[in-house]
Amino acid sequence: MHPRYGTGLGMSLLTVTNVGRRYAMRRGLLARAVTVHAVDGVSLSLERGETLGLVGESGCGKSTTGRLVLGLEAPDGGAVHFDGAPMPAVGDAAWRKLRARMQMVFQDPLGALDRRLPIGVQVAEPLEIHNLLNPSDRPARVIELLGAVGLRPDQAERYPHELSGGQRQRAVLARALATNPDLLVCDEPISALDVSIQAQAMNLLMELQARLGMAILFISHDLRAVRQVSHRIAVMYLGRIVEMGEPDAVLHDPAHPYARALAAAIPHPGLRGQTRPVLQGDPPNPADRPSGCAFHPRCPIAEAICRTSVPALLPRQDGRQVACHAAHRSDAGVHRERAA
Amino acid sequence: MPEAPLPVPSPPPASVARPPRRLSKTPGLVLFALGWIATMLLVALLADQLMPYAYTALDLRNRLTPPAFLSGTWAHPLGTDELGRDVLSRLIVSIRLSLIIAFGATMLSATIGTLLGFLAAHFRGWAEQIVMALADFQAAMPFLILALSVLAFFGNALGLLVLLLGLHGWERYARIARGLAISAGAQGYAAAVRQLGASSARIYGRHVLPNIASTLIVSMTLVFPEVILLESGLSFLGLGVQPPSTSLGNMVGYGREYLTRAPWILLSPAAVIVMTTFAVSVVGDWLRDRLDPTLR
Repeated sequence: MHPRYGTGLGMSLLTVTNVGRRYAMRRGLLARAVTVHAVDGVSLSLERGETLGLVGESGCGKSTTGRLVLGLEAPDGGAVHFDGAPMPAVGDAAWRKLRARMQMVFQDPLGALDRRLPIGVQVAEPLEIHNLLNPSDRPARVIELLGAVGLRPDQAERYPHELSGGQRQRAVLARALATNPDLLVCDEPISALDVSIQAQAMNLLMELQARLGMAILFISHDLRAVRQVSHRIAVMYLGRIVEMGEPDAVLHDPAHPYARALAAAIPHPGLRGQTRPVLQGDPPNPADRPSGCAFHPRCPIAEAICRTSVPALLPRQDGRQVACHAAHRSDAGVHRERAA
Repeated sequence: MPEAPLPVPSPPPASVARPPRRLSKTPGLVLFALGWIATMLLVALLADQLMPYAYTALDLRNRLTPPAFLSGTWAHPLGTDELGRDVLSRLIVSIRLSLIIAFGATMLSATIGTLLGFLAAHFRGWAEQIVMALADFQAAMPFLILALSVLAFFGNALGLLVLLLGLHGWERYARIARGLAISAGAQGYAAAVRQLGASSARIYGRHVLPNIASTLIVSMTLVFPEVILLESGLSFLGLGVQPPSTSLGNMVGYGREYLTRAPWILLSPAAVIVMTTFAVSVVGDWLRDRLDPTLR
């Protein structure tokens, strides 16, 4: 599996620069409103035909990042550029037009489908909205899309509740692909599916990407799923990306202590009984962010500097990006030894 | 529900087999209610043909005649009132007028309420505050007093009465429509369609409205009987339909003076009110289940 980088020259399909998203949260009737930094200074880029996996525990800002990338929410800071152009304001005509080029696959396929309309009608809907094809050609396109995701033509007549969970997710995927989008954001696309269906869904996604060449942002908390489909992965902790690189490198030899703990949590057959590092401390409260490196209260190798200074996401010698003081220092040390 | 026909040793002719099967699945009570409503609509449509007498025609020799089944004559099957007017004729005209008022007012309040509810859900912020404040005001206001004052000041044309009754109950649709539209927009199908690039008109018209229609229909069937009763109450108080026009409530109101001597004047319109409101409730409940593809 090799990433097929950019068909265009220079500019990435998607460039996210230092975006942040804050929510005001009020606890109790008289309490002061607390600002929650759901996403805090995230930068990433995505090429055509590439899959970026976004992992992290729940509440770390993965889904918000996905919504910012799609332009469903406006960022409080930073910018999102799609195909060289800045993201238009939410809801205006240009924004609506752009929906044809970027689509989302939802976690809950039953909730994402209108239970009163047959699948075929819903798959045809993006074509109607964006006025693509002649009305007479649309039924054929619907059959083609259903075939592409492995549904039978007669299932176009079915209502969502008459299909299985895996079939519903395929229908959602068919609808998302109807306009031939350049970017697909999959927000936990497999977590509502049976384990036996998960592998099928991921294979389908990879197969469709190989054929249609769209970029995918794959958001999941399932490390093994992310590793299987992604060309690069980004690990998020408390609204920031802490490590980004090739999936095998990040998961076999994690540089950030949080990524190390995550990778250690992947169950391996045959390693029963062996002790593995377990994260200490409580899951973080995004409303009460620790100072310095947000991970320092749970970090086994935290030092004085970690409490005061926020580590930047910097590339290492091998191209991997890490946001950790200790990792930066040891990398610099290795580099010095090599140079000597 | 299996769609393939079951293997039967000697299959009956298909044309005969299908319709009775569908009909037999409908409960008897619903069939009765549907039949009653159909009868009422027919009566309202064909009122001019069905009336044995003009509803204002006096027959002073036959005043307060009892109905045919209470030792009366078949000349006046449901008897006559204190002026000798035929109760059956008056009942037929009353049904027409009351149905026009009730349907008109129910449709009006459903339209107003749903529209305001969608506006509140779509714009949120101050638009929502205003709509909800109006709804609370409407719910807190004793409607009868509002109606009384409006009718007392502006007189009571039929159009005004329908408009006024159309204001009754809109706040329920507004609350339902707002709540369901917000929850559909926050997560689920409406959010999904919005992210497909759909216009607001399409989201609300094509997706949200059909999805919440079942709830709205049920609340229409709750409001419909209330409107009939409200109209009856206003007419009973002399502020609704004015003589010589007649409505069901008007008949009950004027018949109460003869309750002991000639109860038939009051009983037949009262029975029609009860039966119609009951039938509408039954049909509404059944419709909600029928309109939901997940329950079919």
